[in-house]
Amino acid sequence: MPPSPDVAPGSPGSDAAAVEIDGLVMRYGEKTAVDELSLRVERGTITSVLGPNGAGKTTTLEVCEGFRRPQAGTVRVLGLDPTRERRALLPRIGVMLQSGGAWSGVRAEEMLRHIARLHAHPLPVEMLVERLGLDECGRTPYRRLSGGQQQRLGLAMAIVGRPELVFVDEPTAGMDPAVRRTTWELLEELKADGVTIVLTTHHMDEAERLSDLVHVIDHGRLVASGTPFDLTRARDQATIRLVVTRPFPPGSPDKLRIALGDHTEVTEINEQSLLITGPADGSTLARVSAWCEEHDVLPESLVLGQRTLEDVFLQLTGREFEA
Amino acid sequence: MSTTRQDFTPAPGSAPLSRQVVAQASMETRLLLRNGEQLLLAVVIPVLALVGGILAARRLGLDFDETPVDVLTPGVLALAVMSTSFTSLAIATGFERRYGLLKRLGASPLPRSGLLLGKVIALLGVQVLQAVVIGAVALGFGWRPGGGFAGVLLAVAAALLGTAAFAGLGLLVAGTLRAEATLAVANLVYLLLMMGGGIVLPRDTYGSAGAVIQFLPSAALGDAMRDAFIDGSVNLVAFAVLAVWAVAAGAMASRSFKWE
Repeated sequence: MPPSPDVAPGSPGSDAAAVEIDGLVMRYGEKTAVDELSLRVERGTITSVLGPNGAGKTTTLEVCEGFRRPQAGTVRVLGLDPTRERRALLPRIGVMLQSGGAWSGVRAEEMLRHIARLHAHPLPVEMLVERLGLDECGRTPYRRLSGGQQQRLGLAMAIVGRPELVFVDEPTAGMDPAVRRTTWELLEELKADGVTIVLTTHHMDEAERLSDLVHVIDHGRLVASGTPFDLTRARDQATIRLVVTRPFPPGSPDKLRIALGDHTEVTEINEQSLLITGPADGSTLARVSAWCEEHDVLPESLVLGQRTLEDVFLQLTGREFEA
Repeated sequence: MSTTRQDFTPAPGSAPLSRQVVAQASMETRLLLRNGEQLLLAVVIPVLALVGGILAARRLGLDFDETPVDVLTPGVLALAVMSTSFTSLAIATGFERRYGLLKRLGASPLPRSGLLLGKVIALLGVQVLQAVVIGAVALGFGWRPGGGFAGVLLAVAAALLGTAAFAGLGLLVAGTLRAEATLAVANLVYLLLMMGGGIVLPRDTYGSAGAVIQFLPSAALGDAMRDAFIDGSVNLVAFAVLAVWAVAAGAMASRSFKWE
């Protein structure tokens, strides 16, 4: 059955969650990309999915978009099964691929106009061209656009059909800072008008600024969920970044943790820097300095700061986030 | 800026399928014709083959049963069908895969049937353009299609069946190989079939090989077109060969096609 042309957000079925994933498993040969993942995205929110490369983010999005069939578990998007009810779902969602998505010889505006024509009530193409600065692409064929220009076209194609829900895979990769800000403003306006946005990102500042909720994924599993505020500040913790001039002696993180006592976590960032998380007081700082002197370690810098999503990520996954 | 803020309130929905197919077909046609190499393949090479063949036949006094232009024109029209439905389609589709266009359209309201229909309409549109140009040049050289109106209808039927067979083969190549490999294979196969595939020149000019190559889709299309235009007769063997290729290639392409 063809989808009805106007599915407004007040229609039946609209009380279902935007995305509901329950026990999703996806394997490629020996490798498990998604491992019993369960998560929920509420309507009208911006939700970020964070994770290192290979964490299963893109695979999860592709299941939601109906490109892949779940091997186990269930996925519902706007209350629909994305594989079996794909034709009904597709007009209601917008998809921004991580890369590509146009004819090699097409012009940016021409491509956007084409996608607009496939929809019943598209946004004005000129407005999107202006908002995302696509007019600068002129008559350049797609294959010769810069990475940032291709990203902006990808975002424009994802939202031109006035979707209820938009999946954006690393929306601002390759964009310069000014364009990133414009893009963020655009995503915030979409949200203000009731569009649900699910984004994967490599940029912690992007997730912190935009998201109502952050899901951190590692090895195909959900390792943490919460608002950026919850994740970064709820435990009343601060961070100390300790960078030293020469590599630490073996076993340093453990020794330092013992020296600092309970309520403190020490994570190795690399062989010359450690992240200490715990109560932010002068005595911790003093004890870190004392420990350095005692172990003949010369601090290069000792920076006290608020915990960022990046720190949370490092602690949860034991890996630094590659931006 | 003081312009009022754009309202992004969701209003999702697909355009009517007919409008989507028209949009898809017109984009595909426009992009095919914009591409210089494709145009060379579609029009310039067949016209050169026709004019060159006629001039060579005159100078060398080649002996055909009919006038050179009457023999060569149906074969050149067959070549045009092959160039568009096999080579152009394969190359274009290969790069559509490579640049993620097929994936992108897979996430749009356009269903696969609409995508395929759009491609077919674009192919047929380009083929009509080719037939008009080649036909005009041939008529200028004194072409007299002997099959009359029935012959033209038969030729159209052969061209459609040939399009199905070659499009199946083109999609089989484009859907399984990388874009660069598709580019090479599609051009190489086109060249080999043009020279040795019994498409432009009648099979009896190939000596004893003629009996073997009649099972190639190129020779079958050439034979069917020649018989239709020269005296309006139905070459049943050729039509059967084309039908088998169309079914087999279509089945293999739809089974093995990778969208990414």
